[in-house]
Parts: sequence; structure tokens; C-alpha cells
Amino acid sequence: MMMQPNPAGRPAPVPGEAPLLSVDNLCVSIRVDDRSVNIVDGVSFSIRRGERVALVGESGSGKSVTARALMRLERRMKATGSIVCDGRDILKLSDGEMRRVRGGTIGMVFQDPMSFLDPLRTIGDQIAETLRIRGVSRRDAERKALHILDELKVERAAERLTAYPHEFSGGMRQRVVLAMALIGDPRLLIADEPTTALDVRVQDQVLALLDEISRSRGLSVLFITHDLGIVAGFADRVMVMYAGSVVEDGDVYSTFAAPRHPYTRGLLDAVPRIDRDSDRLASIRGTPPHVFARPQGCPFHPRCDRAFERCVIERPVLRELGGMRVACHRPEPEAAR
Amino acid sequence: MKLFTLDSVCKSFAAKTGNPTRVLNDVSFDVATGETLGLVGESGSGKSTIAKCMLKLLRPDSGSVVFDGIDVPNARGAELSRFRREVQLVFQDPYGSLNPRMTAGELIAEGLLVHGLEPNGAARRRQAQHLMGLVGLDPDNIDRYPNSFSGGQRQRIAIARALACRPRLLVCDEPVAALDVSVQAQVINLLQDMRAEFDLTVVFIAHDLAVVRHLCQRIIVLHRGEIVEQGSREEIFGNPRMPYTQSLLAAVPIPDPVLAQRRRTAVQEA
Repeated sequence: MMMQPNPAGRPAPVPGEAPLLSVDNLCVSIRVDDRSVNIVDGVSFSIRRGERVALVGESGSGKSVTARALMRLERRMKATGSIVCDGRDILKLSDGEMRRVRGGTIGMVFQDPMSFLDPLRTIGDQIAETLRIRGVSRRDAERKALHILDELKVERAAERLTAYPHEFSGGMRQRVVLAMALIGDPRLLIADEPTTALDVRVQDQVLALLDEISRSRGLSVLFITHDLGIVAGFADRVMVMYAGSVVEDGDVYSTFAAPRHPYTRGLLDAVPRIDRDSDRLASIRGTPPHVFARPQGCPFHPRCDRAFERCVIERPVLRELGGMRVACHRPEPEAAR
Repeated sequence: MKLFTLDSVCKSFAAKTGNPTRVLNDVSFDVATGETLGLVGESGSGKSTIAKCMLKLLRPDSGSVVFDGIDVPNARGAELSRFRREVQLVFQDPYGSLNPRMTAGELIAEGLLVHGLEPNGAARRRQAQHLMGLVGLDPDNIDRYPNSFSGGQRQRIAIARALACRPRLLVCDEPVAALDVSVQAQVINLLQDMRAEFDLTVVFIAHDLAVVRHLCQRIIVLHRGEIVEQGSREEIFGNPRMPYTQSLLAAVPIPDPVLAQRRRTAVQEA
């Protein structure tokens, strides 16, 4: 494993400490014509306290379904396996208990704040709601709402509490949604493409804010994105999903320096860079498979230059490899030292 | 040689209340034959409005738009027909921009029919098949409808359709923004190949500055309907002069954790 600088303020692993979140063999399936199809197909991972993990993948990879399953938001789908968060098995909780977990232990932010906010209610009312349904008095809940908008650097926060969502810009709306997710003082924040709809300078501000808040609160973050630039700047660790499985999982420095899965390698090579000139991009041939038409064996084999017979027949399991986890029969070589 | 010229173009849209909103304010630039020009800016910068004015989809309030001697806003008859043939476009949304009731072959060959370039149906079909091969689609799928193609394949159909009439200028409005990373690289490479193959001049509109750096020789930076800065790729990305351009570039994430950390430290110290 390569030695990498540990960025200031990021938590070092504490030996023996139980992870905040442990997901074991999570499968999420949907019934189609009497048949059960696994959209998420045996995903296992854990997140430490204070750790920021990016979940990367293309459309149909199952990254959003995985995230939503952690909150039990997919009512039409069946989830099996185990999800243990802060000592409690999410999949075994009653609906009433689950409502306390949402916004309590786990907060969540989505891509499109406008479809998440009620246009007819003031934002102060909506931020306070998470606490109100837990029996906190209106006065206390509003005081906390004001406090959290201050923490999120919303100017003139007291005035803004009585405003409606349409009066806010995209970046401000995303702060409001973030405030709603954080007011219950969660241990884990799930952020599903929270900056994808934002302009690049606003995105930068929101990311800096998330960075600061997750550090000061010791918050664990699961950040779902397709943008490898955001991963590099924000996350401690990156998990790459393809066709319903995690295919690679490692700390960002090692993974970006020397990805071991050919898919990760392909993704990194396919991105044009703002900081250098390039003549031609390396592209991965073909397209990501549709959920209902995933290939047998290694799901990536039809697009993979390193594939051989075994890849067509046998699906590789995620295994330890030089401090990372990789699901590949023929991984990319380790980084030259 | 100048292929396209915009001179002092202004455009306003009526607002619900109060004065009209000025969307383009005195925008002037040229597109030289053979170059790839990037128009970049955030939402509301006016980049798509410029494209619409260039394509005669919107009429500027004032100023002139001239393509190869054709006064675009006032073009009619034969001149308009030539303009419509020589200037083609590729849109962002590969789902919304292709008529779902036309086959791939009909979509690709439509321009040949409309402009009377190839009256023979069998010959049009052959040309459509040839174009499909060029853009990396299986010509056997010529009779399939857009809904049976993936997003990336649809964008290939859109590109083949734009190329069918042998245009001189291609206007691309966010052509890869809706595509997955691995597919985006394929379509970018295809645009580069087609640019060389067809000797195209390209106007490339995008918010993704990394893609613009990769594809464009010259870049115009827009902010709130005005040109903030324009220059070569080297000038804009190597030595941006305007604070706005600098802030835009500094906000683009770099897919390298070491550089990202270095940049964050620099910002914190500043």
C-alpha cells in the first residue's frame, strides 16, 4: 500500500472501534412478472465514525437504491441482508422506530431540493418539523432552526425562516435541505448527488460547507456522486459500484493513484481534466448494462480489456487486496513504488 | 476567415412584473472557419440564448447575426434553406430531441429529404446506413425507434443526423451533459473524429469547463449576458485575467486527491 499524507482533521481509524454503519450482504430486489430481480446484489461495507465515503457509479449501478435502502425508502422493493447503524438493525425495526431513525440517527439530502420542499410552507416551519414531530416545543424547534441556518452560513437567517422555497436560489435551497437533515443531530448523513444541479461555484461553496460541518460534528457521510472530482476533494474513501455490486473500495489516495479494478481505471481515464491538456480520452467501450440485462459472470466483462474465460463464467467476489477491496479475477497491477 | 459574426447582439425577455430582463447585453464575437469555439458560463449566463440567436430560433432585439454573408434573423427563401443546411445542431437531451415516431434511418436521412439532396429513397437509406457506421452504430439497427437505443446511442443518432447534410458549422448545446462518464468520453471522441472527417467548424456550449478545455481551441466566458473574457485555450486556462474566470476555474473539482488537498490548503491560507 502506498503511504499517503493524512489530511488534517480527518479521523484516523481507531483499532477495535465498532463502525457506525455496517452493511452486510445487502440485496434489494424488485418483482417483475413473477420474477425477482436484484437491483442491489450483495453489497457489504462499513463506515467509521467521522468517515466520509463516496459511492460512485453510473446510471443503473444501484448506488441510489443502496443509499435509499439504508433509510428504508424503497417501499416497493424488498431488502435482505443486514444494515446495522449505531447498534440497531435497520431492516428489523418497526415502521414507528424507523421514523425516528430518519432524521434522527440518519439524515439524508437529495439532488433536487425543489421536489423535496413544500412550496406552501415557510422554510422555518419545514426545518423545525423534524424536531416538532419528536415532541420538541415550537419555540425550541425554531430556535434550533435559526441556529442551524447560522451554522450553514445563511445570512439574515432570522428573516429567511419566514420565507418560502421559491424565494431561495438553488444553493440556498440546498442549504435549507441540509438544515432539515442536520437539525435532528444525525450520526450519518446520506447525500445523494446533492450538488449535481448546482452551478460550479455554488457547488464549491456547498461542498466546503459540508466539509466543515462534517468535521466539526464528527459526522459520517455517505456521498453518492458520479463526479470523480468531488470524490477526490471530499471523501476519505471511495466505493465504486457497477451493475448492483461494489467492485472496488479503497482510500481515495491509493484508489486514484492506482485503481485495481479495470472499471475504476477506465472511469478515471475517461474524465477530461481542467488542469491539463489532453489529445484524446480513453473511453470504455459499450454502455453500462440495464438492470434487467446484467451479464453473467463478471458484469463488467463485455466492456473489459483484461477479461478472460473465467470472467465470463464466474462472478468475482470482493476480496482484500493490498489494503483495498477489489472484485476482479485479473486486477490492474499494483502501483510502482 | 470569419464564418459567423455576432455584432452587438442584445436580447431581453418580458418579465412578469417590471422591466424586461436583459438576457444578452451587447454580445459580439466571431467564429473563424475551422475552429472549435467554446461558450462557457453558469446558468443564466446567456449561453443557450446566444445559440438560439445563432440558429434563428430567437430574434435578437438589436445587433446583427451573420453567417457566411447571410443576415440570419432576416434570411428567407433560398438563403434560409442554405443556412438551415449548412448550420446543424446537437442538443443536450437525447431523449427529447429525437422524434419517437421516426426510425433511426428516417431521423438521420430527414435532412437529405427536406433539402432535396437525395430524392431517391433507397439511396437515402444507404447514406443513413453509412452514417450510422461512421458514428459507431450498427447499420442493421436502421429500422429501430429511438426508445430502443441508450442515451449515448441516441446522441450518436443526433450527431449522424446533423452530419447528413454535410454542414459547415455544428452548434452543440451541452451534447454530453446528460451522459454517463464512460459514455461521455465516447461521444467526445466521436465529435473530435467527425470534426476532422467533415472539416467542421464547431460552436460548443457547455458548463463543464474540463470538457471545454479538452475540445475547444478558443473560449468565450459569459456572465449575466455579457462576455467577460475571451481567448485561446492557453490564455483562458493557463492565465485567466478576469476575477470571474479565475473563480470559475478554481471551483472545478480535480479528480486527484493530492492536488485537491493542495488546492484546499492554498485557499485556507489565502
